[in-house]
Amino acid sequence: MKKLSVKSVVAIGIGAALFFVLGKISIPTPVPNTYISLQYAIQAVFATLFGPIAGLLIGFIGHTLIDATNYGPWWSWIIASALAGLVIGLVTLKLNINEGIDTKKIIHFNVAQIIAHLLSWGLVAPCLDILIYSEPIEKLFAQGLVAGISNMLTTGIVGSLLLVAYAKTVVKKGSLNKEN
Amino acid sequence: MAKIAILSYIKRNSLVHELTGTTKLIFFIAWSVASMVTYDTRVLVGMLLISVLVFKVSKIKIRDIRFVLGLAAVFLLMNNLFVYLFAPEYGVELYESRTVLFTIAGPYTITLQQLFYHLNMTMKVICVVPVALLFIACTDPSEFAASLASIGVSYRIGYSVSLALRYIPDVQREYHNISQAQQARGIDLSGKDKLFTRLKNSVAILLPLILSSLNRIETVSNAMELRGFGKKKKRTWYAKRQMKRNDWLTIGFVLTILVVDLVVTFWDGSRYFNPFL
Repeated sequence: MKKLSVKSVVAIGIGAALFFVLGKISIPTPVPNTYISLQYAIQAVFATLFGPIAGLLIGFIGHTLIDATNYGPWWSWIIASALAGLVIGLVTLKLNINEGIDTKKIIHFNVAQIIAHLLSWGLVAPCLDILIYSEPIEKLFAQGLVAGISNMLTTGIVGSLLLVAYAKTVVKKGSLNKEN
Repeated sequence: MAKIAILSYIKRNSLVHELTGTTKLIFFIAWSVASMVTYDTRVLVGMLLISVLVFKVSKIKIRDIRFVLGLAAVFLLMNNLFVYLFAPEYGVELYESRTVLFTIAGPYTITLQQLFYHLNMTMKVICVVPVALLFIACTDPSEFAASLASIGVSYRIGYSVSLALRYIPDVQREYHNISQAQQARGIDLSGKDKLFTRLKNSVAILLPLILSSLNRIETVSNAMELRGFGKKKKRTWYAKRQMKRNDWLTIGFVLTILVVDLVVTFWDGSRYFNPFL
């Protein structure tokens, strides 16, 4: 395995801290007991900027810390969070946000996050839950569906807006003109 | 400042605090694995008793962690409720017998098997709670990276974890400042606005937060690079402590529990202990 660069090490650390802080802040939705999980938007942005390993570890470390300070780790969902970051990072590997952003890139980012959240919450989290906690299938898939859709919406809306706003702040290559 | 209540390190003098971080990490991992694998009531009761005992030894008071216990209770209650709503006959299926106690309405009957299943499921979660809480409350965060490295995790990842722990308070303070500043400008995240507006408003807080975090990443990684981080294959840790007799005893103990757990659980070829047959 290629060694993590110093920058990735720091990005993972601070990304996980962000994931944790945002996970602790709950923004209510009209549905009782469900909250907007802004941390997944941040995770997606970091995965796009710093790559799949960063996305994976931000999800894993951040989610473990959230759970461990709540009620003990719920490993199946932690693994699903980590996987979401990995998949987003992998699919957006060639997406160079630092060189500007256009509609095509936003669609690319959203395809990545939809695949990632479908896989994580629609398949991996419920299957691991059945394996570990042996809960009824109907409940798990309903739960996964709700979590997946809400994460997709949050990441899709907030994540895309963040990426666009971020890309505007980066100075693009060749943005300086020679004055005559 | 309205700080979010977060469980953190509580310094006390106790047997649990004296153990090295490595021991506590191994204990925590082995314990989680043991509780995940089993569904055997006898094992779960044993584990629950031991975890309460360990909690007593640690000298952490219930009132130190009251708010966390409240969260855990709500979570468990909701989980049980949803399981019951979706599958009121799940226990019957699992334990292959049916003893009806009484009927609520329609398909929702209370059976002994269902209650037993809920009991097991709840115990499975509860027996990890004290150990997880103790792990957070009794491990010095600065020792944590050293313990991760000592069980074979790459020290770069260990360093990421300790950076995360180090920057959580900073990020929290920053989030708070930004959100207050934006609230002063009329940007609201509470339930008073429409959902989509709330999502859009959250960007107004997250963007400054991300940009300042990216700056921070730049600064910190430059500082680490200047000090030659990652040059060598190994690194030593200031906070690392030597393993003592009690550490080896504790590790031996938890590994024995793990083995007993596996043997008792799978002895009869099934993961469930079934008193109904």
